[in-house]
Parts: sequence; C-alpha cells; structure tokens
Amino acid sequence: MTKYIIRRIVYMFITLFLIASATFFLMKALPGSPISSASKLPPSQLAVVEAKYGLDQPVPVQYAKYMLNLAKGDLGNSFQFKNASVTDLIMNRLGPSVLIGSQGLILGVAIGILLGMIAALRQNTIWDYGSTLIAIIGISIPSFVFATLLQYWLGVKWGLLPVALWKDGWMSSILPSIALAMGPLATASRFIRTEMIEVISSDYITLAKSKGASGFEIAFKHAFRNALIPLITVLGPLAAGLLTGSLVIEQIFAIPGIGEQFVKAIVSNDFSIIMGTTIFYSVFLIVIIFVVDVLYGIVDPRIRLSGGSK
Amino acid sequence: MIIVMNFSEYLKGVILLKNSKFAWLLSLLLVVALFLAACGGDKEEGTETTKDTEDTDATTEEVATDEEQVLNLIMNAEIPTMDSALVTDAVGFDLLNNVNEGLYRLNQDNVAEPAISEGEPTVSEDGLVYTFTLRDANWSDGSPVTANDFEFAWKRAMNPDTASEYGPYMMDGVIKNATAIMEGSMEYTELGVKALDEKTLEVTLEKPTPYFLSLMSFGTFLPQKEEFVTAQGENYAKNSEAVLYNGPFTLANWDGTGLSWQLLKNEEYWDKDTVKLTEINYDVVKEPGTGVNLYSEGQKDKAPLTGEFAMQYAADPELIHESETSVFYFKYNQERLGEKTPLANVNIREAISKAFNKQDLVDVVLANGSVPANYLIPKDFTFDADANDFRDVNGDMAEFNADEAKAAFETGLSELGVSELTIELLNGDTESAKKTGEYLKNQLETNLPGLTVKLKEVPFNVRLDLDTNQDYEMQIAGWGPDYQDPYTFMNLWLTGGGNNQMSYSNPEYDKLVSSSVNELALDPEARWQALADAEKILIDEDFGIGPIYQRGLMHLQKPYVKGIVAHPFGGDYSYKWAYIEGKN
Repeated sequence: MTKYIIRRIVYMFITLFLIASATFFLMKALPGSPISSASKLPPSQLAVVEAKYGLDQPVPVQYAKYMLNLAKGDLGNSFQFKNASVTDLIMNRLGPSVLIGSQGLILGVAIGILLGMIAALRQNTIWDYGSTLIAIIGISIPSFVFATLLQYWLGVKWGLLPVALWKDGWMSSILPSIALAMGPLATASRFIRTEMIEVISSDYITLAKSKGASGFEIAFKHAFRNALIPLITVLGPLAAGLLTGSLVIEQIFAIPGIGEQFVKAIVSNDFSIIMGTTIFYSVFLIVIIFVVDVLYGIVDPRIRLSGGSK
Repeated sequence: MIIVMNFSEYLKGVILLKNSKFAWLLSLLLVVALFLAACGGDKEEGTETTKDTEDTDATTEEVATDEEQVLNLIMNAEIPTMDSALVTDAVGFDLLNNVNEGLYRLNQDNVAEPAISEGEPTVSEDGLVYTFTLRDANWSDGSPVTANDFEFAWKRAMNPDTASEYGPYMMDGVIKNATAIMEGSMEYTELGVKALDEKTLEVTLEKPTPYFLSLMSFGTFLPQKEEFVTAQGENYAKNSEAVLYNGPFTLANWDGTGLSWQLLKNEEYWDKDTVKLTEINYDVVKEPGTGVNLYSEGQKDKAPLTGEFAMQYAADPELIHESETSVFYFKYNQERLGEKTPLANVNIREAISKAFNKQDLVDVVLANGSVPANYLIPKDFTFDADANDFRDVNGDMAEFNADEAKAAFETGLSELGVSELTIELLNGDTESAKKTGEYLKNQLETNLPGLTVKLKEVPFNVRLDLDTNQDYEMQIAGWGPDYQDPYTFMNLWLTGGGNNQMSYSNPEYDKLVSSSVNELALDPEARWQALADAEKILIDEDFGIGPIYQRGLMHLQKPYVKGIVAHPFGGDYSYKWAYIEGKN
C-alpha cells in the first residue's frame, strides 16, 4: 500500500509537470499580448514594457525560468492586476469557490442518493418516475438557468435570500450551492438507482432475505454499499467539475471566486494567471482521482491496491 | 477548505462504523438534517429580512429627516491598479478621476477647468512653456500637494523601470523630450517638467499642443507624492491603504483584487464643500441580468443595460441614455499582405459605405442607445471656443443611399472588370458583434447585387493580430478618444500611422491633419477648418472608412440620484457633484 501510494505520488508530479509544460507552450501560441495597450504603443516602448516582464526573451528561456520559479512555489505576478501576486490572487478567491462547490456537491450527492434509492426500492411506481423526472431535469437544464430562476424567484420576487454578491456570509452561498447541486444530484440518483436494482436482484441479497434480514437492513447494509462503488468513480470528476465549472454561477451571483478569474485571464492573455489557475485545477483533479482510487479499496474489499496491479 | 475536510472525515467515520447497521442511517440522517437546516435557515432569515424592510418602510414614510448621501453602484470589472502611471483601463481611470485630481478637471459641461492649478497657467508666446501655480490643496494624509508631486509622477511614468504603457503613449510628441526618452536616447529625468518651487510647475512642450489643457485632466497626468511612493516601494497602489488621495473621495476597503470597494468623502479635499455624497459603495457585477435584479430589489441605484435588457426596459421611466464617444466603422483594407484588394477601388468603398441602413441597425439590432454615425469625430465630444459641437461644423457624410450605392458599385465592378465580388468581413465574436455582422452582411448583399459578404468572426485578440498584420479585407472596428480633440481620431489615418493598417494614404489628408498640430496649432479657427476638411476627404471623397454608429449606453437609474456627470474621455463619471434627493 505504501509503495503504491509513493508510486502514485511520483506519477502525480510527472503528470503535473507535463500539464504545466503543455499549458505553457499552448498559451504562448495564443494570439495577442498580455500588455493591454500593446496595439497603441510604438515598438520602442512596447519593447521596454516587454523587457520589464521578461517577455522579450525566447520562449524556451521563459519556459525554463517559469518552471524554476514554479518549483520554488512562485507563480509570478499577474498582468491584468498590475503586479499582484498570482498566489495571493488564487488564495483570496479560493474560499468562495470551495464553499459553494463543496456545498453543492454534498447537497447534490446526498439528495441524489436518497432519490436514487427511493426509485430503486419502489421501482416502476410513481416514486420511481418522479425521481427519474427530477434527474432528467437536472441533467438537461444547465445550471445557469437554475441560477437565474433561483435568483429571480427566491431573491427578487420573494426576498428570501440574497439576490447576489458575497456580503451576507453563509446566506450568500445558499442559492449558488443549490444551483450547482442540480448536476451532481441527477448524476448520483441515476447511478444509485441502476446499481441498486442490479444489486437487489443478486444472489447474496436473496440469501440475506432468506436468513430473515429486514428490508431496511438489506437496503442499507447490504445493497447500498455495493451500489455506491460506481458513484465514487464519478465523484472525482464531479467534484473537479463543480470547482472548475462554477464560473458561470460565480458570474451570475457576482461571487469573488476563482473560475470567473480564469476566463478573464484567458481573454486578456494574462499568462501568469492562466498558468497559476491551470496548475491549481490540475493539482485538485489529480489529488481527487488519487483519493478516489484509495477510497475504492476501502469501500470494495475486492479491489486490492498494491504496486504493479495498476 | 473546512467543508472538504468535514466531508472526508464524514466518509472516514462512515467507513469506521461499517459494522454498525446504524452507520448508514446515521449518515443519511446527517445529510437530511443538513438539508433541512439549510432550508430552515432560509425561511427564518427570509421572514426577518421581509420584516426589516417593512419596518424601515413604515418609519421612513413618517420621518423625513436629512437624506443619507449614499450611492450604491455596479462596476463591470475589477480595479486592475490604482497607480496612475500603470493604469490603462476604464475602471482604473474612472476611479482615479474621483479620488485624485490633476492640474485640470472636466467640469459638469465637460470642459476642462483649473483644479489643482490655481487659475489658468501663463503660457509663453510660442505656446511651448506653461507655468502653473498650484492652489493650496492637501493629500488625504494632510500633507500639501506640491509641484514636485507632478514632476515626480510624470517622470516616473516615463522611467523605463516603471514600464508604464500610457505614460509614453500620452506624452509622446507632447511633453518635451518624451519621444527621445522613449526611444532610449535620453534619460527620463530630462522630461520637460520642472517644479520651480513648492507651488510653481513649469511644463515645456515639444510643440504647441492645442488640446494640452484637456490632457491635464487625464489620469496619466495626476500627481504622486514622492516620499509616499518611495516608502511603499513594490507595495505602492496595491490596495486602498497604499495610495494617497487628493480628489473629492478616498478609496477604502479595496484589497487589490476584490469585487467590492468604497469611496468615502475626502475631508482633506480643497473643494470638499461641493461634495455632497459621503459614501459610494461599489460591487463588481459582470452579468447584466444580475445587475438589473439588484437594481429592482433596491440594493443598487444604477444598473447598466445591454441590448436585450435595454429593449425590455425601453419604456421604463427610470431608463437613461448616455451617449458615448466611441465610433464604429468599416475599415477598408486596400492592400492585404502586400496585394491589392478590391477595396483599393474608391467606387467599391463608396458603394459599401452607402449601402446599409444605419438607423435600422441602431434601432432594431443594437437597441442600446447607439446613434447612426455619418462621421468619424463623435457628437458631444469636442467644442470650439463658442461651445459649438465639431459635428455641427462638418455635418453628415456618406449617408445611407441605396441608389447611389448601387450606381457606385456598378462603376466599381466595371473598373475592376468583374461581374461579381466576394469580400471577407472580419468581425468580433461577441453576441452583439455577431448580430451586427449578420445585419450588415444582409444589407450589403441586398443593396449591392453581385456582392457576397463572407463573415469571419474571431475573438478580439485574433482580430488585433490580423489587423496588425493587415491580413483582412474589411473589418468592423471602433475607436474611443484619449483626449478631447479631433486629432485623437484623425491621426489614425495618417500615411503609415501605427493604427492605419489598411494602406490608406492621401497626401492632402496628411497635410491637413499634420497642420493641425504644427503651423495651425495656435490658430483655433483655421485648425478647426483644416480638421473638418480632412474628415470630409477621408469619409466623403476617399471613402477611406465607412462610419457605422456611435455607441450609446443605457442605464436604469433611480430618480433620486442626481448630478452624476458622464465624461467623453478619461474617467467615465464624476461624482463630485452627485447627490441624493427625494429617496425617502
């Protein structure tokens, strides 16, 4: 197990290195300049400004410098926010994104599991159809539509919750979290339903029944745990998707999050922020995938993690 | 962070308890409880807020006390920097205009008037040396604003170590030696600005510059206090505590990258008795719909409206129009990558310039308060000594006329020896740019039989790249002024100019435009006429560009908000004269 984890960590660093390198060169291939008034400046002055930011050097040199700084944990300074450190910028903006992302995930997955179980245990009844309907709505309607509806009805019309802005503490996070929860809710409920139905019809459940286990015990102790495995598989990408995909939600609710910043950086060629956020997202995704793999072994004893088996 | 840990701990707990049949029940209960708590919380808070508003409504109806002078605004982007040497964007210039003050300031009629300068400067006979006497004014820390603060700030903006973009851009060809400094043949300390004593500033120009005094209201020419900037070092202007203010307001609660900040009345401002607002609260809201929601809920006093929202609120009594000074036009590239294009033919250019209905475009497609442009120099932008709009001097050119367009097109086709033509139209990829492009394509193809327009929609950066390399045939481009003079638009089309990028060249045009900043610089009337003649040549004779529209803006604004002044260049708004009246 330890050997396996060490190996995985080494792989994680290699992956990260490759992602950082690829992003760096792709970014350099983007048209445009991070210098906002580049088109207005005469060449001599543009050269002065570029020299200040080291943009006058050949790309391989810039790359080497960047990677060296990265190894030291220095993500450089932003272009659009003149001289603001990228690390500070990400850290300042991380909190709101993580809060709404994780609340959305927990809420979505929890309700999704409930709905999925109800659907499976009451297969082909009105409960089942109702749960399916909710799942279809959750998958097919984009989260920003929910966000807009929630904002309008709960915020403006009924005045129950803040319309937008990050000013009322935790209250501000409720609507965005609910909007984000719809996707995971739908995914979770479908996965759980399918797996539960399959598990319920398997031999060991019949055995448990014949031994006299109660319906409740069968559902929760025997069936649910096995039904959970495929859900854990998608939990990683789901979590990463929530953090990275919350940019539209962040924009609609005017939340000072990280996703919103990422898009702006790409549009304005802010190299250091693009690199910083990409690396941050990659680390997040890589770690989540790793955690999920480890979790497998715990949830499903049939999967044994050892060196070489992967 | 905390939530993530809780979640994993919760999972771990569940796993540890795996032998207990209550484990899953417990966890489900937890989840349900969490959900119910969230819902319960909503309701509680909800009733509280509704009650609160009812209460305040009731009390304010009865008690009409002095009104709170607080304004709540929306900004569409963050503040990138508050360093006047580094600022390049609309938000930065807008805020600097309200928290700082230069030698001049744009007044309520958008005329530059003395601000930190005590009255008009004395000007040498050759129009080259301006001597300003500064009034008694203080920085927000109580220290006096001195002539050295200007000298230091301007030289700092030319210092290559500062890597300022707008410093050299604005000073080039205006302030003495700026061009040489920029080219590296002179030290930045040689810049033509000098503090003669504490309160006297001498500025030497490269050549007489008719619009020099309006430049003095621009953000790049603001003062900075040397000791403060030096003491702050790298940290200067990174947050609201790391800047000094000498304008109507001070900036507060800005962490450097955040989405909210405040302006507070500056008690050290020399003209503080004019300033009525005590507080302006800003929040960055990028989604127009959210802005409208915050406005209708009463949290914000003003909200910008984009196309679809503008249509929706077209009849709203709280709708206000603001004319902007950005003009959009067709750039006709006469030489693509060294090869002549069909647009090198003046008749083809004339045909396109006259072949589309501009009124329908602004009414139906844009619907944001824009107006048709039959000109290059925008309306409500520059005025002569008698306050006459430049537009009234020169009138309309290249108006929509389908018949003339068709005739010109036929002549053009026969001159080119072809019967039909395909032209590529380069355009942006935003929603409104696309709609505009579609509309123009349709108009041109309908009114000019034999013409096919191929739309090429690309992101802004790609368009800039193609423009720089002159790799396009026709594009929809726009320009906003940097100072209050027609020259800021007219110099774009000088032969070989940095922004020409379409091989337009007419010696007569060059002569007229250059004369306006050389031999005619000190003769306002002849100069005005020269610029007007040049505009006629560009648009009505050469059809070098095809004007489309002058952009407008629509806002919702609460009726109790008064006195906000919108400016045609530099900072967008001044709140120095704004106040709240009749809110209660």
